[in-house]
Amino acid sequence: MTEPNAIDEDKKMTDTQDHIISVRGLTKSFGALQVLKGIDLDLPAGEVLAIIGPSGSGKSTLIRCLNMMEILTTGSFSFRGSPVSTDFRDKKGHIGAGTLRGKVGMCFQHFNLFPHLTVIDNVTKGPMIVLKEDKATAENHARELLEKVGLLDKCDSFPSQLSGGQKQRVAIARALAMRPDVMLFDEVTSALDPELVGEVLEVVRELAEAGMTMVLVTHEMAFAAQVADRVIFIDQGVIAEEGPPEQVMVNPKSDRLKSFLTRFNG
Amino acid sequence: MAYVSTGEKMYHWDFYTVAQSFDLFLLGLWTTFLYTVGSISIGIVFGLLAAFARLSNWMALRILARTYQEVFRCTPLLVQIMWAYYALPLILGIAIPNYIAGLMMLSLYVGSFYGEIFRGGINAIDKGQREAALAVGMSGPQAMRHIIMPQAVKKMLPAFINQSVIQVKNTSLLYAISIAELTYMTYVVNGETYRPMEAYTVAAIMYFALLFPLTQFADYFERRMRRSD
Repeated sequence: MTEPNAIDEDKKMTDTQDHIISVRGLTKSFGALQVLKGIDLDLPAGEVLAIIGPSGSGKSTLIRCLNMMEILTTGSFSFRGSPVSTDFRDKKGHIGAGTLRGKVGMCFQHFNLFPHLTVIDNVTKGPMIVLKEDKATAENHARELLEKVGLLDKCDSFPSQLSGGQKQRVAIARALAMRPDVMLFDEVTSALDPELVGEVLEVVRELAEAGMTMVLVTHEMAFAAQVADRVIFIDQGVIAEEGPPEQVMVNPKSDRLKSFLTRFNG
Repeated sequence: MAYVSTGEKMYHWDFYTVAQSFDLFLLGLWTTFLYTVGSISIGIVFGLLAAFARLSNWMALRILARTYQEVFRCTPLLVQIMWAYYALPLILGIAIPNYIAGLMMLSLYVGSFYGEIFRGGINAIDKGQREAALAVGMSGPQAMRHIIMPQAVKKMLPAFINQSVIQVKNTSLLYAISIAELTYMTYVVNGETYRPMEAYTVAAIMYFALLFPLTQFADYFERRMRRSD
């Protein structure tokens, strides 16, 4: 091996270590249907990345691959420079899917709060079971997070007693309780009544301002344009366009992105 | 003609004679209780194994569990008990005591129904619950134990209690292999006293007294569950 190559290798390693998540050649098929057809994506620390695209384009599948909720069909995936395996446990230099999910928080379109647990128990369950935190520590942290999302007074309520916007804010607190390095938001406002969207976006914006690395799949174009550092447009399973929001959303290059954005801007 | 209508020819109830054998009834009731508790406990284990096998990714396990359930659900319990006591020893070449044959068949039978109840309860939980549990880093078994099962048990309980009530009554079939449970003891008391009406009335009251609280609890629980939904 020649000297320049070795330097290249070193440089590549440093590059991937700067990235919290790095995927190469990611494909995902469900049976015969190939949904993602080769995605390369790097997520640097502190970046807010918005994924936009038409329904069925594969954007939800992509964000679900980023915490191994969907197992990649082919491609490589590294987290902070270490390869991620599909096994639950860590082994031989690989990070397991379990560890990865602890570091990558996720919020879902339909909240998926645990209906049999109170709000505070929803938030403490993960840390107590996965991180083996004691109850007092977990509850103190949960209270801080619930205060941050404006729901400290709902600690002892059950999810069924909350509005959609409140449920989603609890779900955000639940994900933050694991002290994640990245947060994934999969269409977190799509199931909400229009008047409740604002309160959830406000929490997401505060997180972005606090420097949290985030990936958002969203249909809220105006919001994406405001908070995102970078926008990627997924179409038919590939990244069709990417760049800063002012470029992608104001001066789209491809016709497909133009027509997609026109539908949102009326 | 007047035979049925005249007062003095009507059946003369005599519970006193039967009451002399009350200890036999109590012994029978106790035996019924033991077989019920025993077969339900073992049946829960069979039911859980069957449910998890049916939910597993391994086709061989799914087929095995399905076969077990269908065989036991589609043949009468009385036939199963008789078969285990009379036919199975011929195949295995060893004698099987009646209490083993009885307990084994009662457990396998109720387990096959429990399996369906457990599987249905687990399937009724939205798959988003498992995803949310995995998303905070829980393993599959942790998600099952802490998130899915506590919710599924609530959904299963009414059907589970119902099946268990039937199970108490099913123990009466053990009389066919001479196990001294309540129905067999009633038969014995009848043989001693020649008072079948009274003997079977006492047995009916005892079964009812055992089961009525259970069905009431099931109703109460179902009402409460509907409220909490």
